Amino acid sequence: MSDPLESTEHAFLELEGSSGNAQLMCLFGGVLGILVLASVIGVVLKRNAKNDAARATIENLNARTRAWWKMCAIFALTLLIGRVGSLVLFGLLSLLALREYITLVPTRRGDHRTLLWSFFIITPLQYYLIGIAWYGFFAIMIPVFAFVFVPTRIAMSGDTEHFLERAAKIQFGLMICAFCLSHAPALLILEIPGFAGRNAQLLLYLVLVDQMSDVLQYVWGKLAGKHKIAPSVSPNKTWEGFLGGVATATLLGAALWWATPFAPLQAAGMSLVITLLGFAGGLVMSAIKRDAGVKDFGAVIEGHGGILDRIDSLCFAAPIFFHLVRYFFTP
Amino acid sequence: MSGRVHPLAGIIAAFARAVSGVQVRWSDGFSETAQQRIYFANHTSHLDFVVLWSALPADVRARTRPVAAKDYWESGVKAYLAQNVFRAVLVQRGAAAQAESEEEARAAGRATIEQLAEALGETDSLILFPEGTRGTGESVAPFRSGLFHLAKRRPDAELVPVYLENLNRILPKGEFLPVPLISVLTFGAPMLVEESESKEAFLERARAAVCGLRRGENAQ
Repeated sequence: MSDPLESTEHAFLELEGSSGNAQLMCLFGGVLGILVLASVIGVVLKRNAKNDAARATIENLNARTRAWWKMCAIFALTLLIGRVGSLVLFGLLSLLALREYITLVPTRRGDHRTLLWSFFIITPLQYYLIGIAWYGFFAIMIPVFAFVFVPTRIAMSGDTEHFLERAAKIQFGLMICAFCLSHAPALLILEIPGFAGRNAQLLLYLVLVDQMSDVLQYVWGKLAGKHKIAPSVSPNKTWEGFLGGVATATLLGAALWWATPFAPLQAAGMSLVITLLGFAGGLVMSAIKRDAGVKDFGAVIEGHGGILDRIDSLCFAAPIFFHLVRYFFTP
Repeated sequence: MSGRVHPLAGIIAAFARAVSGVQVRWSDGFSETAQQRIYFANHTSHLDFVVLWSALPADVRARTRPVAAKDYWESGVKAYLAQNVFRAVLVQRGAAAQAESEEEARAAGRATIEQLAEALGETDSLILFPEGTRGTGESVAPFRSGLFHLAKRRPDAELVPVYLENLNRILPKGEFLPVPLISVLTFGAPMLVEESESKEAFLERARAAVCGLRRGENAQ
């Protein structure tokens, strides 16, 4: 004799779980649709290209689309594997981003041991702490513990030349590449009432709105871009691209409210925050690249540049989105 | 010789490329022909020759032998790798300096050149670090004369300058664990010793060719 109440609750949970799965599949389906559409548009544009400059732009566009297929496949796969899959993926992204960042920043011989700690202890530890859902420690490990540790370890090396610069640059790298980015998969450990078992959708939602905002700003910029926002930092960023991209990505985010714990208006607000912070992230990382005299952080993703060029917006959007969700939607 | 590729070679090469994140910039003239070459590069890290060797296309790599110090590569696992995987040419470091008379020093130098010329054989190429020892990465030290004598002895081999960047940051002198940063490896245009060129003039020209490959020295 089973308790009728318990079995009802059980059935309800199952139902919730399967509807969550269906919603996740809907999101994947939507992404697939966008990729197919982008590929078709790429083929059509390639046929109609009039001159060499246009052909070069379209070739870059198609290279980006090809890379998007691969990135989406990897992201979807790790999302389906579950928390460990996403943590491993984002942990690797953190390491690759940190690698690109530190390569660009002039460190000295005396920083070697500090860098070993940053790559092999601090960054993996950050993701381990998320894995065991220890919120209290993962939220302060890098901003407090690593913050104190980094200058101490550098001082122990005895090399004081450009000391403050070296310490600050490594601290900044850990904050952006490891700490900030790790808040994306940290969405998986939030306990949101009525949303149990569906956190993967929230991670997909953040990445989707953030990356679509980048794409739409690029598209609007190419189609209608005239007035540059910050020509000395990033010559490709225009007001038309920014406003068009932010508006359309916010609309997209609002339209996907059903996949989130948010009401439609709340989803619009969250998406607006994600897109604005994404823009800020891109701008700041552009300033760093400009200062270092390079165009991209790397060349590992065809058409896009480095890992950090692709995820700069996510690094800024993820921690704020995480804390907004945590503050307003968890008990 | 090129028929024997150790099964570990491909794995070690892939691992070295991953750790060093190496981005290779080829010169226009580089092709995968059977041309014998002497690659000469700046030297700042124990990773230098492994990374240069790993960056070569597999069939070129199979015919390319690094020249390394005998005292460092003589024992244990290192000796096994040097002999079987890298097919390294191990030379006595500072043999000429330790010699008691000038005559002996010359003989020791000549013997080393002869050893390298033989190692080139009919099909192989060599990787050389003409600074003789690892530097800090800030500047390239003057080249030892071995490169000149070898080039005179084997004028059929192309001399290819190579600049290795960031490897001193990945694994500096005196460290055991590498920080996996991104390195850049630039192959320059092949050069030869001019008919009437003096030893000093050639070595300076060769050194300048390596330094000239540093990014920022020329338009990217």
